[in-house]
Amino acid sequence: MIRSEILKEIAPILRDQLVVCNIGIPSQELHAIDDQPTNFYMLGTMGLASSIGLGLAIAQPKTVIVIDGDGSVLTNLGTLPTIGNNAPANYILMIIDNGSYGSTGDQPTYTGMKTDLAGMARAAGCDNVVEVQDVDTGAALQAAIDGGTATVMVVKCDSGNAKMPVITMDPVVIRDRFMKSVAG
Amino acid sequence: MNIDKKIADDLVANDISFVTTVPCKQLAGVIEEIDQRDDIFHIPSNKEDEGMGLCAGAWMGGKRPAIIMQNTAIGVTINTLATLIQFYRMPLPMIISYRGELREPVACQVEMAVHTKALLNQLNIPTYHFHWQRDVEELDNILKYTFMCSKPVAILTDANFWGGYGDQ
Ligand SMILES: Cc1ncc(C[n+]2csc(CCOP(=O)(O)OP(=O)(O)O)c2C)c(N)n1
Ligand SMILES: [Mg+2]
Repeated sequence: MIRSEILKEIAPILRDQLVVCNIGIPSQELHAIDDQPTNFYMLGTMGLASSIGLGLAIAQPKTVIVIDGDGSVLTNLGTLPTIGNNAPANYILMIIDNGSYGSTGDQPTYTGMKTDLAGMARAAGCDNVVEVQDVDTGAALQAAIDGGTATVMVVKCDSGNAKMPVITMDPVVIRDRFMKSVAG
Repeated sequence: MNIDKKIADDLVANDISFVTTVPCKQLAGVIEEIDQRDDIFHIPSNKEDEGMGLCAGAWMGGKRPAIIMQNTAIGVTINTLATLIQFYRMPLPMIISYRGELREPVACQVEMAVHTKALLNQLNIPTYHFHWQRDVEELDNILKYTFMCSKPVAILTDANFWGGYGDQ
């Protein structure tokens, strides 16, 4: 499965949750599949989805699901120790590990070679790290939501992108409707 | 006057309850002070752009954030300031130790000091420079201004403000 197929499958689970979504095609795909005010789309700032989600999870009690990418976690590796030492129970980091920089044309990342993100997360202090195959994502995500502990999911899937339109929504509108959903 | 305590007091008085830091020698006292405050959640970050991501999330979650960092971090965070904090219009007070200014003993620090105000200016970031201890009296107004206009705002605090780098 590629990322967009996973997102289609888990859209009904994501629908009622606060979601912080990674820059580029992941956000475009989620936006096209099921746009919700509870989705915070990153339009830039590669790497910070996991950090934004962590700040959000600490600041308020609702479950926060971060949809991140292998390339983005690799560029902000300092996030893993911060998550490992601070993540509250309502924090779920779901790394779509397609072994590539998907948005920029599927250039390979090191996770498709010798680098193991789940091992790195564990070494950074994340207690609950699960490795998931693409077809099992929905069940694993639901288990993480129901489990009530901070979870890092590393979802192994194929590289590839669906053709979706660029998000043209104003960033302040994205942020404002998201904040209203957080507070509501 | 204890400026570490005064800064922490002003943060608390402005309802700032989420603070991330990357240390600088000049900031050691204020970081220690913040660590002791029950009404501030202090989360150290490993890099300042990561810290700004945490602050963005905390703000969307209903908490007022602040970041405490060194001016060299302006070189680390330009993309984040432009594409996250400014693009989504979020408030972010940045209490910044201004290394490489008067009374600085380390020559390398001057290399980023000479770019600091130019970069902040290029980014249209409101910038205040604390050089004398009494300048801290402005902090309360600057914090109010930051949340009024929902912008990142820089407060540069140099070695003279902190009482001299070597003899503090
Ligand atoms: C600082 C910076 N460098 C490079 C880019 C270009 N860029 C945007 S998305 C992306 C790939 C992200 O890969 P990953 O997180 O694995 O997500 P995927 O698209 O594979 O799901 C890159 C390199 C950028 N936006 N910012
Ligand atoms: Mg990827």
